[in-house]
Amino acid sequence: MRVLQVVESAYRATLEEQDDTVLWFTRAIRGAGAAADVLLTGTAVNYAVRGQSAAGLRIGAWSQRHPPAIETEITKLVESGARVVALSEDLAERGIAKEAMLPGIESLGRKSLGGLFAQYDRVWKW
Amino acid sequence: MSTSLTFLLMDAPYEQSRTATAFRLLSAAVERGIGVRVFAYEGAVSLAVTQQKPHANALHGRSLEEEAHPTPHLWVSALMEAAKEKGVELDWVNCGLCVDERGATEVVAGVRRGSPADFWKMATETANTVVIPTR
Amino acid sequence: MTSYLVVESRDPFESHGFARRCELAAALKADGATVTVFLVENGVIAARGSARLRELEELARSGVAVIADEFSLRERGIAVPDLAATVKPVPIEAVVEQMTLGVRVLWN
Repeated sequence: MRVLQVVESAYRATLEEQDDTVLWFTRAIRGAGAAADVLLTGTAVNYAVRGQSAAGLRIGAWSQRHPPAIETEITKLVESGARVVALSEDLAERGIAKEAMLPGIESLGRKSLGGLFAQYDRVWKW
Repeated sequence: MSTSLTFLLMDAPYEQSRTATAFRLLSAAVERGIGVRVFAYEGAVSLAVTQQKPHANALHGRSLEEEAHPTPHLWVSALMEAAKEKGVELDWVNCGLCVDERGATEVVAGVRRGSPADFWKMATETANTVVIPTR
Repeated sequence: MTSYLVVESRDPFESHGFARRCELAAALKADGATVTVFLVENGVIAARGSARLRELEELARSGVAVIADEFSLRERGIAVPDLAATVKPVPIEAVVEQMTLGVRVLWN
């Protein structure tokens, strides 16, 4: 069964979780056999950007050992064969140029989403 | 393919109106004789926690009994009872890592611990799946 | 034929996300799908005929049906005569019914 994970929410509790829990979940179900791809929309298009770093969180004497590594997660998804697509209008309105993006991420316009969705058995919006 | 439906929930209790909407959907499905499988992810694992306690409402002059404050774990139990009466399945799985993070270990009998692989199994075995995301 | 139920649970005036998703609904319809927008919780604030929102008319022109949760409407004091002409009130069971028919639900 082919699944498209549509991700809109971004940087939500990612420091506490040390992960984006939807990207994590996507990798977990891929590990369980799901043919899952990702469409980044809204704020989540920022996940396509190179140079993200959440290092350095300190609260009192506590300091974070494993900050969320969104860039690594997206890259691992791409390297594992997942299709990762970002909505072009949402990239444009946020001023994210192609040169600023991680390799392997496709850009698609809103008008093409029907065609994209039709390629999947399930489309889940997060 | 079964006639059951899968729901993935994410919101913790008492934070969003989505929680009540989700339970209304689950209840509507069970009342129609449709089985439901719930995968509780993140904050939603706390929905089934049995240590939730109702309280009085002094501002409204209501005692503990009069206030009858909702506690979602009773909603989970009520759904289980309704499903049993209707003879349909109700499977509630809490994401284990989310349980650990939140200390949500004391839960309604029948709620089981699982992982995203369980959600994937639910999704492949049921007629349809809805993800109700948090914000 | 593919069918979609686009659920809008947030006040459409909170952000321009509602407008964007209505564009998506229209695009899916234009591609040949059957599309319904379901307003629930604060999303029913879009349902008043007097609301300053052009998206509902645009959805109607695109052939996208709009339904609204009866409970959410009542909770917010939006009576049937107050509704925009293109919005139909429905019980929550309507969503379950659509799910059993294999409609793809996109929850916002």
